[in-house]
Amino acid sequence: MSDSSSGIPRDPRRRKALQDMTRFGGGAAVAATMLTAFGVSSRAKPAQALRPPGALPEKDFLAACVRCGLCVRDCPYDTLKLADWADGPALGTPFFQARNVPCEMCDTIPCVKACPTGALQHALTDIAKAKMGVAVITSRETCLNLQGLRCDVCYRVCPAIDKAITLEVSHNARTTKHAIFEPVVHAEYCTGCGKCEKSCVLTESAIKVLPIEVAALKQDDHYKRGWEEKSKAGGALVDAPLKLPVRRPEGGSP
Amino acid sequence: MTANARPYVEARAQKGLWAASRFLVLRRTSQLLFLALFLSGPLLGVWIAKGTLASSMTLGTLPLTDPFVLLQSLAARHWPEGLSVIGASIVLAAYLLFGGRTYCSWVCPLNPAADLAAWLRRRLNITFTAKIRPELRLYFVGAVLAASVLSGSIAWELINPVTALHRALVFGLWFGAGGTAAIFVFDLLVARHGWCGHLCPVGAFYGQIGKVALLRVTADNRAACNDCMDCFAVCPEPHVISPALRGERSGATPVITAGDCTVCGACIDVCSKQVFHLGLRGRNAVRPAPSMTAPSPVARVVSSQPTVLERDLS
Repeated sequence: MSDSSSGIPRDPRRRKALQDMTRFGGGAAVAATMLTAFGVSSRAKPAQALRPPGALPEKDFLAACVRCGLCVRDCPYDTLKLADWADGPALGTPFFQARNVPCEMCDTIPCVKACPTGALQHALTDIAKAKMGVAVITSRETCLNLQGLRCDVCYRVCPAIDKAITLEVSHNARTTKHAIFEPVVHAEYCTGCGKCEKSCVLTESAIKVLPIEVAALKQDDHYKRGWEEKSKAGGALVDAPLKLPVRRPEGGSP
Repeated sequence: MTANARPYVEARAQKGLWAASRFLVLRRTSQLLFLALFLSGPLLGVWIAKGTLASSMTLGTLPLTDPFVLLQSLAARHWPEGLSVIGASIVLAAYLLFGGRTYCSWVCPLNPAADLAAWLRRRLNITFTAKIRPELRLYFVGAVLAASVLSGSIAWELINPVTALHRALVFGLWFGAGGTAAIFVFDLLVARHGWCGHLCPVGAFYGQIGKVALLRVTADNRAACNDCMDCFAVCPEPHVISPALRGERSGATPVITAGDCTVCGACIDVCSKQVFHLGLRGRNAVRPAPSMTAPSPVARVVSSQPTVLERDLS
């Protein structure tokens, strides 16, 4: 720019190099922007695609998983698959669909052991503590038990029977003389293995495993349960009800 | 530069079929072998290497991880666990010894498709080529790392046609082969060695290792060169040859030091004057002017020692 005025001779090679840098740099910036957009959008995973046990939260998982497929290879039940272009999850990442093949919850958790990067957290050593998702009765209108029939299949196949799924008995208002055995999922114990979703007898499963983020499980911190706080504190947190002054007309009697 | 449509004819006539196609055969064998290691499990039930080229476990003991993938993972702010770090270190050390982009020409499953495109180009006499500067791929490496930082994901693996093809072959995810088909068409019709030689960030990354890697091709017999240009016609990175081959006057080393060289050995095969040999970085001795007795080419490949020996004998 000011080269000619300052008397330094212009070097055509320098001009060329600067041009190239600008051109290539611009191209690289466009490529980086497109790749970034693609990378961010790849976080959108279909709800029915579940990650293997011990998987990091989706955003961190995509930073950690190198798409090697070692977890898939070591899955003895062929539950896990690598995502192809059209499958939904980010290309090459492992997932499973509970309705096709659920997780059999191996005691030794071979998939986690095979992971070389920690995308599946090696800290998970007890499969009962896995959180691949959480089962939800997604269709109360079609669930046979909720119609007052006795199907119970999801309850029977649950590896954590009577903990992750219980049958809660209530009065059947339709017949007035029978009971409804409602399957109720207790998220605390549900690993998201998907056995219930797989074995639901209906054409379209009435119980489905949803990602933890979808079936939000964490109570907001600002909601305190009075009865829990009370037992934690070992007594009432507020004083006994105030003794209010009696306000009556002068000389009146109760 | 006029590309010879049939550059190997002279070499075959003078050296015989084997000596003129040795490195090609070895390379294809190596590529098939690497694939076979991964395929013996799913096809025959004999598990040798599990996983893919991104990360693998061989015989349950040897972990290998692509250092470029791990670098992106680090850029995406994931601190990887021990096994992948060990695996990446082993791969890095191996390529520091065996020549950086040897990955491209001896291991990468996409290479045969790119080679086929280049071969068809010569045969069909397709001379049109879009001008893409080889440096562009370095900017692309930067773009990939930037995208990894910004998106917090291993960005290149979302579209990497190399690992996609490997997954297609090893895991049967056939959509993944689409990228390879596109690259074949691009290389054939748009740009000569367009993908591997100008764009692929994986190759560019290994090229950086190649800048200091030990195993190299050397034009140590450059005195015998008759300027037939056949090596330029077959080389996937022709710009790496000149400094070594034409370095006589400037006294430059005959070793091809550029990281872009994939050590594919095509120049060694195609040269009827046996100008090129495998050698090591730093061995800068050149052979004297051609003697009457041509030593066996096999002996030359085994080590670069015979250079001295031949001189003493002649």
